Amino acid sequence: MPPLTHHTLPNGLTVLLREARSAPVISFWLAYRVGSRNEPTGLTGVSHWVEHMLFKGTERFPAGALDREIDRAGGQWNAFTSMDATKYFETLPADKIDIAMEAEADRMSNALFDAGETESERTVIISERQGAENQPTFWLSEALRGAAFRVHGYHHEIIGDETDLRSMTRDNLYAHYRRHYRPANAAAIAVGAFDSDEMLAKIERLYGGIEGGAAPALFSRPEPEAGGERRVTVERPGETAFYELCHHIPAATHDDWMKLQVLNAILNGTSGASDNKTSRLYQALVKTEIAAGVGAWLTPTVDPYLYSIIVTLREGRSPDEAEAALLEEIARLQADGISEAELNKARKQTRAAFAYSSESVTEQAYGLAQSFILGDVSWFDNYAERLMQVTADDVLAVANRYLVPRGRVVGILNPIEPEAEATDA
Amino acid sequence: MTTSQASIPNSGNIQRAELGNGVVVLVYENPAVQSVNVMGSLQAGSIYESPEKSGMASLAAGALMTGTTGRDFDAIHGALEDVGADLGFRGHVHKLGFSGKALAEDLSLLLDVAKDALCHPVFPAEHVDRLRGERLTWLQYSAFDTRYRAAKAMREALYPESHPYYYGTYGDADSVAAISAADLRRFHAAHVGPRGMILVIVGAVKASDALNLAAAAFGDWRREDQPATPQANVPAEEPTDLRPTVSLPGKTQSDICMGVIGPARAASDYLAAQLANSVLGVFGMMGRIGKSVREEKGLAYYAYSQLGGGHGPDPWTVSAGVNPDNVELAIASIMEEIERLTTETVKDEDLADNQSYFTGRMPLRLESNEGIASHIHSMESFALGLDYLAIYADMVYSLGKEDLLRAARRYLKPERMVVAVAGPEPDEA
Repeated sequence: MPPLTHHTLPNGLTVLLREARSAPVISFWLAYRVGSRNEPTGLTGVSHWVEHMLFKGTERFPAGALDREIDRAGGQWNAFTSMDATKYFETLPADKIDIAMEAEADRMSNALFDAGETESERTVIISERQGAENQPTFWLSEALRGAAFRVHGYHHEIIGDETDLRSMTRDNLYAHYRRHYRPANAAAIAVGAFDSDEMLAKIERLYGGIEGGAAPALFSRPEPEAGGERRVTVERPGETAFYELCHHIPAATHDDWMKLQVLNAILNGTSGASDNKTSRLYQALVKTEIAAGVGAWLTPTVDPYLYSIIVTLREGRSPDEAEAALLEEIARLQADGISEAELNKARKQTRAAFAYSSESVTEQAYGLAQSFILGDVSWFDNYAERLMQVTADDVLAVANRYLVPRGRVVGILNPIEPEAEATDA
Repeated sequence: MTTSQASIPNSGNIQRAELGNGVVVLVYENPAVQSVNVMGSLQAGSIYESPEKSGMASLAAGALMTGTTGRDFDAIHGALEDVGADLGFRGHVHKLGFSGKALAEDLSLLLDVAKDALCHPVFPAEHVDRLRGERLTWLQYSAFDTRYRAAKAMREALYPESHPYYYGTYGDADSVAAISAADLRRFHAAHVGPRGMILVIVGAVKASDALNLAAAAFGDWRREDQPATPQANVPAEEPTDLRPTVSLPGKTQSDICMGVIGPARAASDYLAAQLANSVLGVFGMMGRIGKSVREEKGLAYYAYSQLGGGHGPDPWTVSAGVNPDNVELAIASIMEEIERLTTETVKDEDLADNQSYFTGRMPLRLESNEGIASHIHSMESFALGLDYLAIYADMVYSLGKEDLLRAARRYLKPERMVVAVAGPEPDEA
């Protein structure tokens, strides 16, 4: 992987640059350290709504102007709000990247937050939430988070609670924007076909003059010890049942996180590589015809979060059966550990997954942006190396440390008959 | 910096070979990466199915990887997963498609597994039963999905039951339940063969090595009685139910799916229709529809248009997810934009914007092995010629406003547009 250069401008903006000349394109990202975990009650969803408002224009780039400019240049652009961050990106042919860099600099401090646009966007965001509500698993996810986190901001969905989406004001949004969109709370990341010295000079010219003061203190409340297993049950119209088993795990920068990632590779497979039909969970749940599908993942988060396994049950099979099969697999892992062959498979899958993702400058830049958010800019670059150092004993140790009843949160989605039969008219 | 002509896949840098049995192999070297991508298709889509066994081609495609004469289920998947490789088959209406990826050092293995799956599947009954159960669960779940149900209702109103496009490639619960392992074996024996097969290989491999590996894998495959591919014609009948609705109690949002029959990929006005579609519901924030329905009226999170453009008369659709109270307003707003597109030429700047968009996005689309393979496969599959990408910009810029208007008028006929809605009961909203 080409070297990463890391700079900090006098105003506090972090700059991460990586030259990658496999294609004549550049991906440019602005990542802000603020997400749904930093939202107090009454303002849930504010980070995501602010992200929407940044597409509503500035004096220099009125609403719609940037859509046009980026599309005309053949680029892609979007933004994501996560639990920990709000990220904006543009990937463009290399000779067209300046427009994106200028626009991101402008909207770091000059977004308009027009009152009329704010109201129009309120209904769009409520529509986004209602679209998600049409999926029964959204209700399960929302209930599970609420059960897992009583105090910490991870307890609500990123989109926010509908009551807050209806009551939040334009001033709430603007205050959130002014407080968190500052150079000292952000990173500019570029990966692609450029010269690093020239790119740094451009960033200094465009962003060096933006003032904003020190990085803001972020609203965050640590989650107290759960003190035992928690369970939630959700009922929604439909015919398909789901079972989700979560365990509390540490933050992504904790030494144990990568060991848990290897554990997950063995239980469920490596994301981004293979189809994982030889994984332990597939064999235990799908091959036995308890489930139509099973998936498991760790989200790399700033604060301790969850390791989740979700099972889509086949007709006639019960959540109890899924739970019994899952707990049996976990007990087997805790008793017998893993083999060297399984470990080697996880290592090769990781190597392959990195090779696939490195074809895209957008994915590489995303990894760097995530590293900044986690507070360790080398997190993505060292990922594979750290994973290769995990031993079978490490996996056994974290299985026994974290996959235990006192850290467990269980969610069940039971389908119920609709009030009236679903019909075609 | 721009993509140079030399780096665009073209007849000079794509190695093409036709094996004696009809398999066409195309290889493009991409030394900038560490991996390799394979992509391809065969003439074994759902167009060969009977309505009673709808879903057969897709189930057969999925079951190719469940056991062969040389490898059982675990051996197939173990071989791939041990090296972080992936391979999948998917049934479409006209084609059986496949795609896979591996580190470059494992291309030989990837092709060997692909050959095994395509040429020597055994469709073990226990695995077919399991796969069928997984499909039935998916169909069950989808039956309560407003987006899926709106699209299905639109399709079933737009095409008559005698047309292959009436049916979803996954079939329905009754038809899938009726498909046996023996049915899949018969389907494979009757339809899956080398004639018409396309295999594209892109990545960190020497073209000559890749061609040799492909020939070793598929060169000896013989099937003398492979049937000709049926055509899917534009239906003779007009749709009779233009406003199908699906009631799904308990949902909070309604999905709208509007559709007319659009151009096939081979149609002379396909590119003009694509540009018109981009103006309508793609460019910027989902085109004119996005501007009206989302940006100005705040009615929806998504509202966009899409042109199918495959081997037959695929639909030209508009989709939106809206609050149930706003369904009629959203439909009226979309119809206004369709009316505008079919009665007025687009503005000069609209045409220029979209021409720039179509040509400017090429470097991003050719960034990855998969993107390159997809374009090469399309050039071969739709007989566009291997220099299509090299002349693409000229073709886009040769089109004028009248071309877009003609294409829009030809296909987007409001009086034939099916408007399907799936959502909660009106009094639930």
